[in-house]
Amino acid sequence: MIAEAGLAALWLAAGLAAYQFVLMLLALRSRIDVVRPMRAVALVQGALTLIAFAMLLLVFARSDMSVKLVFENSHSAKPFIYKIAGAWGNHEGSMLMWVTILAVAGAFVALFSRRTSERTLAAALGSQAVLALGFYAFLLVASNPFARLFPAPPDGQGLNPLLQDPGLAFHPPTLYLGYVGLSVAFSLAVGALLTGEVDSRLARAMRPWVLAAWVLLTLGITAGSYWAYYELGWGGYWFWDPVENASLMPWLAATALLHSINVLAARGALKAWTMMLAVIAFSMSMVGTFLVRSGILTSVHAFAIDPQRGTFLLALLTIYVGAAFVLFAVRGATLKEGAPFDLVSRESGLVVNNLLLSVILGIVFLGTLYPLFVEAVSGEKLSVGAPYFNSVAGPLALLLAVLVGVGPLLRWRSERRPVFGKLKLPGLLAASALTITILLAPDIHLLPRAGLTVAAFLAAASVLALTGRNPLRAPLATWGMVIAHFGIAVALAGMAANAAFSSERLAVAKPGDVLAVGPWQVQLQDVTPTAGKNYTALEAELRAARGDQVIALNPQTHYYSDPVTETNESAIRTLWNGQLYTVLGRSDASGGWQLRLWWKPFVTLIWAGGAIIALGGALALLGRLVRRRRRREPDWRERYI
Amino acid sequence: MSRGLRLIPIVLLVWLVIGLAWRLVKPADTAIPSQMVERPVPRFQLPAAIDGKPGLASADLATGQPRLLNIFASWCVPCVGEAPVLRELQRRGVAIDAIAVRDTPEALTAFLARYGDPYERIGADRQSAVQIALGSAGVPETFVVDGKGVIRRQYIGPLNASNIAGVLRELEQVR
Repeated sequence: MIAEAGLAALWLAAGLAAYQFVLMLLALRSRIDVVRPMRAVALVQGALTLIAFAMLLLVFARSDMSVKLVFENSHSAKPFIYKIAGAWGNHEGSMLMWVTILAVAGAFVALFSRRTSERTLAAALGSQAVLALGFYAFLLVASNPFARLFPAPPDGQGLNPLLQDPGLAFHPPTLYLGYVGLSVAFSLAVGALLTGEVDSRLARAMRPWVLAAWVLLTLGITAGSYWAYYELGWGGYWFWDPVENASLMPWLAATALLHSINVLAARGALKAWTMMLAVIAFSMSMVGTFLVRSGILTSVHAFAIDPQRGTFLLALLTIYVGAAFVLFAVRGATLKEGAPFDLVSRESGLVVNNLLLSVILGIVFLGTLYPLFVEAVSGEKLSVGAPYFNSVAGPLALLLAVLVGVGPLLRWRSERRPVFGKLKLPGLLAASALTITILLAPDIHLLPRAGLTVAAFLAAASVLALTGRNPLRAPLATWGMVIAHFGIAVALAGMAANAAFSSERLAVAKPGDVLAVGPWQVQLQDVTPTAGKNYTALEAELRAARGDQVIALNPQTHYYSDPVTETNESAIRTLWNGQLYTVLGRSDASGGWQLRLWWKPFVTLIWAGGAIIALGGALALLGRLVRRRRRREPDWRERYI
Repeated sequence: MSRGLRLIPIVLLVWLVIGLAWRLVKPADTAIPSQMVERPVPRFQLPAAIDGKPGLASADLATGQPRLLNIFASWCVPCVGEAPVLRELQRRGVAIDAIAVRDTPEALTAFLARYGDPYERIGADRQSAVQIALGSAGVPETFVVDGKGVIRRQYIGPLNASNIAGVLRELEQVR
């Protein structure tokens, strides 16, 4: 009965979404007050999806094998936490999670949004209902998570040990929360375009959603990157894989939106552009979901292709994004631009930021989909790899990072003081970083050297926004911005140091052999078999020495029997100045073992930077929410981002 | 923003949708164009993998008759799934040779007794040396070899029932 209850809740929620949409049409046609009933409907709809999702969790927790989804993805002997995570570790469950988050976000908008006019709120809630309606239809018609099996099989099929990983259990929900958070920005933009009320009030209503989504996307991407780094055993943190790009594209759009929305909130300018970005950001989330779920791009993440589902998702994407674009084309012209600004001003700094982010987004978009188009037109197969992305997007990203240091120092409207005076210290730091790298490491490539220089500049420049006033009295949002920008410098330093100074050693070693990697002398002492819970393993004993410092590392190769799989479990030691990364490969005929060793100076800064960026975003969000409580009237002289 | 500018996103979306729809209708061919196709089988000489069945040398693949070369192992689960397909091909008169990778005679004998033995010759490749020379990354893989010892097609992963017609056609074509 649990599964049936879940299904019933889903149908009811779909019905309410349809009703919510009708109410929106009424609101746009007439002056009837529909906001109150709409709030209630949105609330109940959100609660119903939560019930449906809870029912799904329950059938997974109880290992009810009469439910097809449980049978296919779970097993009674699985650890409890992975039984629960199994609920969304598959197509149907993840789509139910998606629509649940969408509907609950809608309920939150209904509950807490007091910023926009009632008409715009009604239109936004209607838009959110239409979005949800499509995904309800998708679930109920093409991906029913509650389908039964009769007779019920004795046990399930999902005991794949490779999927039992905490990273895999919590990485997708984080990204989904981020994707769906952008749906609210989309709905608010659509609502405002419908009513023509694109103003700073709307921007203030939209901003917390964009910030929250952006923080979650940042965390999701950072965690996913670290997962790939330690789990795949290839020593890389970003592979420009289509699915990675699918999560990066919404992030780039959300980052641009996050900045332009501040111009709209503070100065009432960039109206059309901000609405466009809000639409694009969620469109990129849908494209990302489509690419992952339809499995049409070859990727390490690809899931099985189901043409019916793929077509359904593509149709939804076309309708939603197409409708929003058409609405934009029709209504965009009626938007009056807000207060004018000078060529040198905070606004124009943010415009340049937006342009650069958009160009980078375009580059990633093109690189991800270009192989598809070439094959469609000429039948020729090709792949676009890291060299394209790094060499085309890299320099632009560096330029952007320089401007990140300068932008926050400019005043709104017009900057008449010479800003460069303030940048003496960062400039000095950058110059010394450049000199030091030229003296100490004359052979490194141009891009990593520029990266280190820019990172030094940005690290100092980002803090300058706090000077010239009492830093303790600066608003939380300003602190958030400073911390996030500083995080960019940290991550950039990590990437540049990794690119410039990593040393790699691939060799066959016999017990007793010593291999040199970077400053380390690594001795293979022995390789011994060990047994794990559900695998057998070979474990290498490595002794790494640098001067007086000696550390032991034990990389393993795991052999699973069900299904037959072999995985390399890297052994990584994190030291203050870098990571020693070791992987045990196969043996050869003569009793030697393949070893892969990396010394990666300061590589951890990459993920530390990502976490700092997310922390900055979280602080800014907190600042926005607290400020909102304290002061009801919007302040037009608001100076900070 | 002018009207033309505002229409750009719509145009881009149309292009995107056409591209994605095309891929949905025509899923990517997962067959990897093998570097080995149209090249002769590398020279090798493998000892017998089990008693009572000859080993395999590259010369055995250039006897004038097109044949299949199957790379498998008794420890490989997909190979179990593939076994009925190979038996069916043998029943239809296809000559199949095999290379057993990293295997032991005992395990192989048990495997063949349980899942059937469609092979004329089985060479034992204890260190994967010949497998690597053939450009094969895993088990199972199957090569279509023409009568002159030239590889004409490489199947990566297990053959399934839907491949039977294609394999028969290819063997007919290279005859």
